[in-house]
This record gives sequence, structure tokens and C-alpha cells, in this order.
Amino acid sequence: MVPRPANQEALTFPAEPLLVVDGLDVTFAADPRSVPAVRDVSFRLDRGRCLALVGESGSGKSVTARTLVGLTGGRSTVTARRLAFAGEDLTAFTEPRWRTLRGRRIGLVLQDALVSLDPLRTVGAEIAETLRTHRVVPRAGLEARTLSLLTEVGVPEPEQRARQYPHQLSGGLRQRALIASAIAAGPDLVLADEPTTALDVTVQAQVLDLLRRRKQDGAALLLISHDLAVVGGLADDIAVMYAGRIVEEGPAAQVLGDPRHPYTRALLDAVPVTHAKGARLAPAAVRHPAPTPSGCPYAGRCPRSDLRCRDQLPERVVIPTRPDVAAAEPGVADGRPTVGTGHAALCWYPTVDAPAVLDAVDDRPASGAGPGVGRPVTAAALLEVDGISKRFRSPDGTSRAAVRDVSLRLHPGETLGIVGESGSGKTTVARIVLGLLEPDGGTVRFAGRPWGGSGVREPDRRGRRRHIQAIYQDPLGSFDPRYRVERIIGEAAATAGVTRAGRGARVAELLEQVGLSADLMGRRPLELSGGQRQRVAIARALAPGPDLIVCDEPVSALDVSVQAQILDLLAGLQSELGVALLFISHDLGVIHHVSDRIVVMKDGAVVETGEVAQVFAHPAAGYTRELLAAVPRPVGGRTAPPDRGASTRVVVTTPPAP
Amino acid sequence: MTAMAVADPALLTHPPVTGDRTRRRLSRPGVALAGVVLVLLTLVAVDPGLFTSTAPNETDLARALSGPSGAHWFGTDQLGRDMFARVLYGARPSLLVGLGSTVFALLGGTAVGLAAALGGRVGDEALMRLVDVLLSLPPLLLALLAVTVLGTGTVNVMLAVAIAFAPGYARIVRAEALVVRRSGYVEAAVGLGLRRPVLVARHVLPNTLGPLLVLGTVGFGTSVIYASGLSFLGLGARPPSPEWGAMLSEGRDFLSSAWWIGVFPGLGITVAVIAVNVVGRYAQQRFAGRAR
Repeated sequence: MVPRPANQEALTFPAEPLLVVDGLDVTFAADPRSVPAVRDVSFRLDRGRCLALVGESGSGKSVTARTLVGLTGGRSTVTARRLAFAGEDLTAFTEPRWRTLRGRRIGLVLQDALVSLDPLRTVGAEIAETLRTHRVVPRAGLEARTLSLLTEVGVPEPEQRARQYPHQLSGGLRQRALIASAIAAGPDLVLADEPTTALDVTVQAQVLDLLRRRKQDGAALLLISHDLAVVGGLADDIAVMYAGRIVEEGPAAQVLGDPRHPYTRALLDAVPVTHAKGARLAPAAVRHPAPTPSGCPYAGRCPRSDLRCRDQLPERVVIPTRPDVAAAEPGVADGRPTVGTGHAALCWYPTVDAPAVLDAVDDRPASGAGPGVGRPVTAAALLEVDGISKRFRSPDGTSRAAVRDVSLRLHPGETLGIVGESGSGKTTVARIVLGLLEPDGGTVRFAGRPWGGSGVREPDRRGRRRHIQAIYQDPLGSFDPRYRVERIIGEAAATAGVTRAGRGARVAELLEQVGLSADLMGRRPLELSGGQRQRVAIARALAPGPDLIVCDEPVSALDVSVQAQILDLLAGLQSELGVALLFISHDLGVIHHVSDRIVVMKDGAVVETGEVAQVFAHPAAGYTRELLAAVPRPVGGRTAPPDRGASTRVVVTTPPAP
Repeated sequence: MTAMAVADPALLTHPPVTGDRTRRRLSRPGVALAGVVLVLLTLVAVDPGLFTSTAPNETDLARALSGPSGAHWFGTDQLGRDMFARVLYGARPSLLVGLGSTVFALLGGTAVGLAAALGGRVGDEALMRLVDVLLSLPPLLLALLAVTVLGTGTVNVMLAVAIAFAPGYARIVRAEALVVRRSGYVEAAVGLGLRRPVLVARHVLPNTLGPLLVLGTVGFGTSVIYASGLSFLGLGARPPSPEWGAMLSEGRDFLSSAWWIGVFPGLGITVAVIAVNVVGRYAQQRFAGRAR
């Protein structure tokens, strides 16, 4: 436990919570007019509580957090009826005063620890700096305190780690070191901005557990995330933000168990782990005209919106507590009242039972009717991977096995998921299957003919390449930067024998198939949004008319709601075209949702394989159980996970390397 | 309502973007001027007759060695030839040698660099060690060596200067090509089953050359200087043909009595090189700003 200094300001205002935000507006000056990033945001947060701000990119959640440490930048205007931390009025703060606050009393944890930590300083020096700046401990005690902090955040061998540089640590250790430096001075408030995005599930569970312990030690925690599942196990209260406004807020169990705002529902439905294969994740695309500036910002995307929504901002409606939901909430079980104003939604129609809108689409293909399931196993395999292995040479001369004796079977029209943490060799397998890398041993056969391994000549394979296509995590990098959308897709279409004259029509057709307007043909990839880029990548992968598409982390870089749309698109295209998918992801939820069968990989070897429902319900390997236990799920979510209760089990120890 | 403003510029999370382009254009009158000079130089090189009616080799001994005047803006040389006309007519051979040598250097450098980047480990090692050897020699020495082997004359000077600069380009092309070769889009093109020559021509080469072409404009200025230098040494264009380097060499003998014979051709070289460099560097910055 970090010794906390007596907080006099807080003592003089015993009635007020630690953090009070009331009517916060943040506007950025930009050409040609100013952009409101945060509008009329109010919340309260007390010690020992966790408030989660949830929303997609651009919803204003990060800006709100930055406001609390005075880091919104010089082009911003911040106004608020009240903005107070421990009784001090933050609106009156000058830069020197902010500096006494940052790190000392408000700790900031950012998403990417590799960027946030100084690459030229050891981890120990980084943590010691916070201690030194705020004179938390005497100089002589610096080293001991640094080591005890590293131990506290669960870093093994702290003496050794403290002397290492950020790039020498794994992602999880780095994130923990960053948290250690953020909490070094024992701040009363910890701001965690997407602290687990881009981390493997087991590491993510460890980081979340670490934050939970800070909360139990009495710190207030403001958690920012785009993922309701991550937030579920940790937050006491949840505020869902959209277009700079809080559209729904309340105790976590209420918001997750009884969501009233259509956007909250859409976010919850986008969490793939709670939905079986075949269920739609995103609501059917709604294309309403854009709302007027005074209307509800969500009206353009909302299935419920009507004329009033477009013209008039809804009033905040207090939602009565549903007793069955409240009972399950651990946060109020200890008798403490919630910090916020109770469950409320910014919607004209919060009582309309919206599942009708979503679930009507939900049942589209029953999971049993999905392609691949029920297909006779005797059908000839499309892809046969037999005992492939691959070693890579490190700069120091030693060689490392990236893939060890991996065998796979993939049948036409089937989806095989490969799941594993970073470094498990999934991408190496993908590259070998794509014929971009030759295995050291073993063979790959595609459509009954040799495809990879010894004795396969590239000129023979080249003509067949169009039958295996790929979708990558970073679509932008996979497009020639000089090309426009038309040429990117047109080049791929040409390999299927589309003539130059017919290419424009074919590209338009493909764009429509992936849900894009043909108007985008003249755009460059840089001018597209992340979701649009991935759709263009899918259109390109479809263009040659492939039998197999290798998807390497295709949705990992996307927001939950965009991810849901892309997964729906892939599922729809698969049932329409009967293409087989080899789907690689570190995200068990995504894998569970898309796959017929899965392969679990660890350290280059297959740990477990089987039907997806079978593996998720009765994991045989210890490692699979560990992975599954670490998956965060929205607590009290509407759809219960198929195999376990709502609680989140957490793995605290790193599995030992073999 | 209370207002709060964070004013510390060091804390700007987003650099100001507004009006950046306009400001940059206004703050760069030099670029505009260099552009105008470059256009004029091009016109002069294409048709010097547009700017003067005097022939460059018309001698008039009666007017020999007269200083700049209304009739002869740049004065006359020891044979009474009009220096203004000679400087104008000298633009074409001088700039052409610079342009030609740059083009040859780029072509040779690209060929060697691409071959090294795409030709496997052995080819890469062999070519790059050769490039290292050539780069260890000062370019002027290399050019002189080449002229010694090839013989004197305008075309040979052009080739010699190209040989002097090609190794540098080769190294840049190789580095760029290695990056492009490992990029996602080249991999995606391999996955489409494109044949290797098509792949190189369609994706590798164009994406490699982008930065190189900008570098070439700056290199052009240097080539003009080297070509003029070789002419000055009497290895390139021969008198009486008007060429800035050769004219500079002639003017050297009269520097104490008739400064204009040497100064104006020298000024021609200086102005041309500076104009090209300024425009080239501007293009370089614009290109770097637009690259991903």
C-alpha cells in the first residue's frame, strides 16, 4: 500500500466526491469552424470506485480524460460549470499547478507503453523519476521504492527488470511498468486510457487485475475503453459516450444488464464472445439523413430515430432500477450508493424494447445452418498442412523455432480459427499457407496438389495463387500508396481474367458486395476510414474469386462497432460465396464467433484442436482453459456466455515458458 | 461559466494545421523566384535567339575587350564577341551536359541498385562492394579517371560525370527497393500471382523512384558544376563553342583586365545551380511531407 499524504482539501469538503465534473464542454479551434469534442459531460467519481467511459474513437472519451490533467492542448477551449478534484477548482489551474497534480495526485496510464516510456531510459529510471519529481521518498530510498513498486505491479525479477529498457520487455511487462510509474507517487485518481487494447487476453487480464487492486487500495479509477467487455468486470459505473455526449450512464450492472440507449445496445451486441457463429453483431445498416445540430447525434445511425430525434436533443431520462439486475451487481452489494446520478439515458425512446429491432436480424442464419457445420467430414480437404516447421535465425546466431510440427485440415466453405497469443507462430503459419514463406519441413497441399514445402516450384504455383487470398491487419500497408481504390481492386480482378474494359464495372460490383459505394473508386486508401480500408481489402481478396481467404488479425485494429460490421460482412460473404476462411486472431471472442473449428497455438505448436463449441465448452488443454478464463465478458450482459457464469476469472501468473 | 485555457505550447497535443500551406507559400518567396529563373533558363536553353539577335561567334576585333555597356550588356571578349550572346548560347550545352549526366547517373544507379536489392545475396554483395569502392574515391577524381579512359569531348564528359554520381544513387535505390520489397503491398501483389517482372515494374520500381527523382533535381545542380569543371580543365567542350565552363577558362587569362569575360559565365553557373537546388529542395520537402 502506498503511503498516502494527508489530503487537506478533501477533508474540508467531506461531502463532495474526489472528482466532480459538471457540464464539461471542450471545443477545438479548427478550420473552418470550431469542433466540439466534449459536450455537457457530467460525472462524479469517488475513492475506491471505478468509472468507465466507453465509446468508439472520436466519441470524446480520451479528451475528457485529458481535460482532467490539463493536457487538451493550446487550441482547445475548456468550459465547465464545475470541474473539481479533491475540492480544488481545476478551471483556475495554471501550468505550474497542473504539474504538481500530474503524476503526484492523478496518474495517467496510456495505451501504448512502448511509446509512453522513454526508450533511452531504463524502466527503473522512469519510475524513479516520478518519485524524484514529486519528492515522494528521500533520495536514498529511491531504488528500494522502485523495486517495491515493480513487485507490487507483479513484475517478476524486479532487480533485473529495473535495469532493462522498454523494448527489452514484453508488452504485458511494459504496460505494468507504465502503471508502476503512473502509480509511483500514490495518486488518488488513476486515468487509464485504453490500458489493455492491443494486449493478449492473459496479459489483459493481469493488467485489469492490477488496476482492480489499485481500486481496492482506495484509488479512484477512470477507465477509458471502446470495449464494453473489458470494462464489465472492473467498473462500478459506466458512462457511454457518443459524439462527445454521455448518452447513457449508470451502475455497471444496470447499463450492461438493462441497456436503454440504442447505441449502448449496439455496442453490447458487437461483443462477439457472447454470440454464437451465425448471429449478426452489428445492427442492420441504418441510413437516416444526418441529424440537425440541435438533434440527437445518434439519430443518423439509430434504428429507432424519427423526426423528433433529428431535430431535438433528447432529455435525460432516469431509468428505474430493475431489481433482478441490481441484485447481481457487486458494486452496490457492499451497501455503498453509486456515485453517479443513477441509471439514465439520453434518448427519446428509452423504454421501447429495442431487441425487437436487433434480434429480428439476430436469428438470420441459425448457427447450425452456417456453412461448414454439418458438412460431411469425408469431403476432400481444401487445404492440408502436414507437420510443417519453421525456424528463424536471430541476429545473435541462435535459431528459434517459430512453428513446430503443425498440421491443419480445412474443408471447402469452412472457417478454421487459429488462436494464440503474440509469438505463438500463428502469423508464420499464415505466411506458409499463403506461399509467402517456405517451411523448413513438412508439406502443404492445396486443392489436392502440392502447394508448399520441398519440391514446389514458384512458376507452377504462381498461376494458382489467385485461389488463396489474404486480408491483413493493416490494410493500408497492403495497398500500393500510389494507387486509387479502383486500381487496387482492378489489379486483383485482372488475375481472374477480367478484361480492361470490364474492370470498372467489376470493381463497382465488388465494392457493392462489401457494402461500399462505387463513389469511393477514385479515392486513395489514405482518404478512407479504417473500416472502409478493411472493406476495400476484402473486396480485393474477393476479386480473383478465391477458394480460401487467409484473414490475419483482420479486425484487431478496429473499433468494436466497426469490428462487428466487418465480421458480419465476412460471415455474410462466406455463406453467399462458400469461400473457406483461415481466420487468425488473438481475440478468443472473435475466434469463437467466426469459427467452425479452432486450433489453439502456443509457442509454435498446436495445443488443442476441435469443434469450436466443444473446445470452448470443454477445453482439454490447460493452456486453453487459461486463455478462456482470461476473456473479459460484460458482467450481467444480456446474453450470457454459453459455458460459464458472468464472473471474470483472472490469471495472475504468467504461464511458465517451456 | 468559468473558462480555462491551457497555454503551454510544449503541451500541444495536436500541432496547428490551419493555414499552414498558405503560410509556407508566403514565407518562401525564394522558391517562387527560383522557379521563375528556372523557367527563363529553360527558354534560353531551348532557343537563345529569343533573347538576343547577336550570334555568339561573331567576332568584331574593333570592339574587343570593351566593358559592359548599353550595346553589349555583358561586354565583349578578346575577339570582340558579345558576352551576353555567348552566355545565353552557353546555357544549352552547359545545362544539357548536366541534365544528360544526371539522367545517365539515375539510370545506371537505378539499374545497379535494383539488381542488388532483388538479385539475391551474392549479387547484392558483389555490386555493393563495387559501389563502396567507387564511393571511396572523390567524385571529381572518378570523373577525371573516366575522362582519361573515355577521352575528351562533350559526350564523354557527360558520361564521366554520370559515372561519378551513379554509385551514390545506386546505394539509395537499393535501400529504398529493400524497404518496398518487404512492404505489405508487394506481398499482396505476390499473393495475386503477378510475375516477377510485372511486379517489379508495377509496384517496386515506381515506389522506389519517387524519392530518387527529387534527389535527382538537387543532383542536377552538382552535375552542372562538375561538367563545367571538366570543361574548364579543357576536357569537355572546346573553344570557340560557347560553354560556361570553357568560357570561364578563357576568361581566367583576362581576369585582371576584363573581369566580365570570366564573371558572367560563372554567374550563369551559379544562378542555374542555385535555382535548381532551391526548387529541388522544396520538392523534396513537399514529397517527404506527403509520404506516409
